[in-house]
Amino acid sequence: MSALCACALSLNGCGLDVHRTPAGAEGQQPHIVLQTALPPGGTGAQIAAAATAPEDGQWIRPAKDFASSRFSGLNEITTSNVAQLKPAWTFPTGVLRGQEAAPIVVGHMMYVVTAYPNLLYAFDLSKPGASLKWMYNPKPATSSQGEACCDVVNRGASYADGKIIYATLDNNVVAVDAESGKEVWRTKVGDINKGETMTMAPLIVKDRVLVGNSGGEMGVRGWIKGLDLKTGAVKWTAMHTGPDSVVLIGPSFKPFYKKDQGTDLGVKTWPGTTWQIGGGGMWGWISYDPALDLIFYGSSNPGPWNPEQRPGDNKWTSTFFARRPETGEAIWAYQMNPHDLHDYDGVNESILLDIPWHGSKRGILVHPDRNGYMYALDRATGEVLYANPYVHITSSDSVSLKTGELALNPTKEPKMGKIVRDVCPAAPGGKDWQPSAFSPRTGLMYVPHQNLCMDEQPTAVSYISGTPYVGMDVRMKPGMGGNRGFVTAWNPVTGKPVWRISEPFPVWSGALATAGDVVFYGTMEGWFKAVDARTGAPLWKYKTTSGIIGQPVAFRGPDGKEYVAVMSGVGGWSGAIVAGGLDPRDSSAALGFVGAMRDLPRVTPKGGTLYVFSLR
Amino acid sequence: MCSRFAEPAARAGIVVLVVLALAACSRERRTFHDSPPAASVAAESAKAVRSDSGVSRDGPYGNNAWALSQGKQLFSAFNCVGCHSHGGGGMGPPLMDSAWIYGFEPANIYATIANGRPNGMPAFKSRITPQQTWELVAYVRSMSGQGSKAARTNRSDEMEVRPAEAQTKTEKPVLVTPPPTVTPPAQEGHP
Ligand code: HEC
Repeated sequence: MSALCACALSLNGCGLDVHRTPAGAEGQQPHIVLQTALPPGGTGAQIAAAATAPEDGQWIRPAKDFASSRFSGLNEITTSNVAQLKPAWTFPTGVLRGQEAAPIVVGHMMYVVTAYPNLLYAFDLSKPGASLKWMYNPKPATSSQGEACCDVVNRGASYADGKIIYATLDNNVVAVDAESGKEVWRTKVGDINKGETMTMAPLIVKDRVLVGNSGGEMGVRGWIKGLDLKTGAVKWTAMHTGPDSVVLIGPSFKPFYKKDQGTDLGVKTWPGTTWQIGGGGMWGWISYDPALDLIFYGSSNPGPWNPEQRPGDNKWTSTFFARRPETGEAIWAYQMNPHDLHDYDGVNESILLDIPWHGSKRGILVHPDRNGYMYALDRATGEVLYANPYVHITSSDSVSLKTGELALNPTKEPKMGKIVRDVCPAAPGGKDWQPSAFSPRTGLMYVPHQNLCMDEQPTAVSYISGTPYVGMDVRMKPGMGGNRGFVTAWNPVTGKPVWRISEPFPVWSGALATAGDVVFYGTMEGWFKAVDARTGAPLWKYKTTSGIIGQPVAFRGPDGKEYVAVMSGVGGWSGAIVAGGLDPRDSSAALGFVGAMRDLPRVTPKGGTLYVFSLR
Repeated sequence: MCSRFAEPAARAGIVVLVVLALAACSRERRTFHDSPPAASVAAESAKAVRSDSGVSRDGPYGNNAWALSQGKQLFSAFNCVGCHSHGGGGMGPPLMDSAWIYGFEPANIYATIANGRPNGMPAFKSRITPQQTWELVAYVRSMSGQGSKAARTNRSDEMEVRPAEAQTKTEKPVLVTPPPTVTPPAQEGHP
């Protein structure tokens, strides 16, 4: 791809020096190459050693390892043969809503959870065509469908102790026997009548199943819980608003920055009792560092979106936490977006890496926040090493490394009776739930994300339990350059992008990196794509029956071959226009996302099919 | 006041004017304490609605501009807007299109709002009075261009996100089946 290093053209002013090249000959998307010199040995970043394990050919949790690398050590599929990839088998799930789950592979079995009604399918990979072994239906309450803000998605199951464990939309955490498909335990942890739902994939650490709630748009009060792996009993609950005693903040709590220090900030930073309906759910990703014995995750946006109804910092919403998995005890916290103005949830993934930093090795987590900054935090302390933009940002100017504060742009502050225009990134952020991957071979992070801005206007809203508590009219639009999506390769050591691929639609699928130096991702038109991990050069693509918003995984089949699997089935917040059959004339539909997605119904129908690819 | 429209003129003109006058009267009528048909009347039978319930084709307020503007405000005040947006849908289905799952007759919509529907539409009868519910019915129908065009809202107080109800195409309502309930594929059908 010599065309990659063509004409230089500065595209924006957010610190990204962007060079654009024309579209490739085969009609591939144009590449934007930022910097071509990747050291042959990689950037020097490595997966945190304690949080990963030698490749065993399985994929037992959505993020692959505790570090959330989404890196497969398999190398049968390489940059030179990936062009021969073909579907080995497919399976129509019968569920036509957004499919965000990662297929899970344990031994000779594969498991996949669908969107509502959250069916769990188990396939025997040792049988011809990977025959269906059993199907488990948790029968979630039908009314839960109306409580889920952004399509009725599910982000997948995790395996431990002979059980497949996942959360249903109506707030049941279920453990299913991996052999027989029989329910082992079921624990109800939330209430749909209060607007709570569950969409996240649990993380299982030692004998704790870690889960959190969705509903930042419904006036819920957010939490994370630790359940007992054997019985499902709730062992601890940490609220994300309220007094320290229920946030599980005690003597060990040492936030790095002054702005996050004090007592009962989960009450004092809210007017009156509004913290009781203040949002701060936990519907994203959790990582775990066994060496420090800490879990890391972020809480969601505060509610309502209308910021004038909740003056104050609104702790602990849009905050990154480090906690002990066994007890839930908080160790540090860092609030990325105090008094969040634009629905910038903090729930995105964190990848645990060790990097060379000013002459020594530093244990960090890298977190692409919705607010548009890629944060590198010290895992042990929560100190911000850098916070650099990975998309065009107008809502703020910078993050102070001294105080940890986000310098907001006052002209983009929503006020009642006023329309604020061109807020970038838009409400789903520079990146939403779709998880990044990391390759220790290149030392790069592969970040699937969107490029959207919005106009917004707050409106007064009253709390009515079980109904949305939003108070904001939003209409989204494509960001600078007109393309709505990117895959960005990020150098976690320098804190700079290395290359990026632009896509017409938001890249709402996860990414997968493999030891064959191939990076996989899906597009909302339905393409499943493979690109070169070093250059981003397109290598292969296959058109599935519907838009892809799932998480690709790689595994070794019982026949010893490498396979790559992904769910196809458009939906999620970005694809709600298709999955929910929304009306394109209303740009505020789906909380304003429809404004930016009017053309999606012309390129993809609904779907819900599992695809498994191999070389032969 | 309404009578000033009906001034003597050519015969055909009088007829037109009288019709206009009647429409104008009901368009402009403001009701603070009305006794609209009670919830019980709103049995979900289109036949009952049209013949003996006293509810007209467009509901008691389908042609009343004030009730429609009240309905629009209630649509925000009761957070309908959070789930249905400004008609395009989101957590709930669109209301500005031609498709209706539970019926488009005023009585059907009344029942939807009052009693809720199984796939996530909350019941509002304990929060919303019958009169307000009928105002909501009128507004919901106006979103897809039903009811008197003259009475429909012409502008929004908020940021413009969709064509005003008065400018919205009048859809021809059709009944659709609820979104397909899942039919897990049979094991044999698996490739
Ligand atoms: C919590 C989300 C939510 C709220 C709040 C809500 N709705 Fe709904 N609504 C839904 C869902 C979901 C459905 C579809 C129900 C089904 O298919 O069973 C629905 C269905 C409807 C329908 C039937 C549409 C059809 O095609 O038959 C109407 C009319 C309606 N809602 C009006 C309203 C009004 C008026 C309000 C406010 C008073 C409101 N809704 C508040 C979620 C909501």
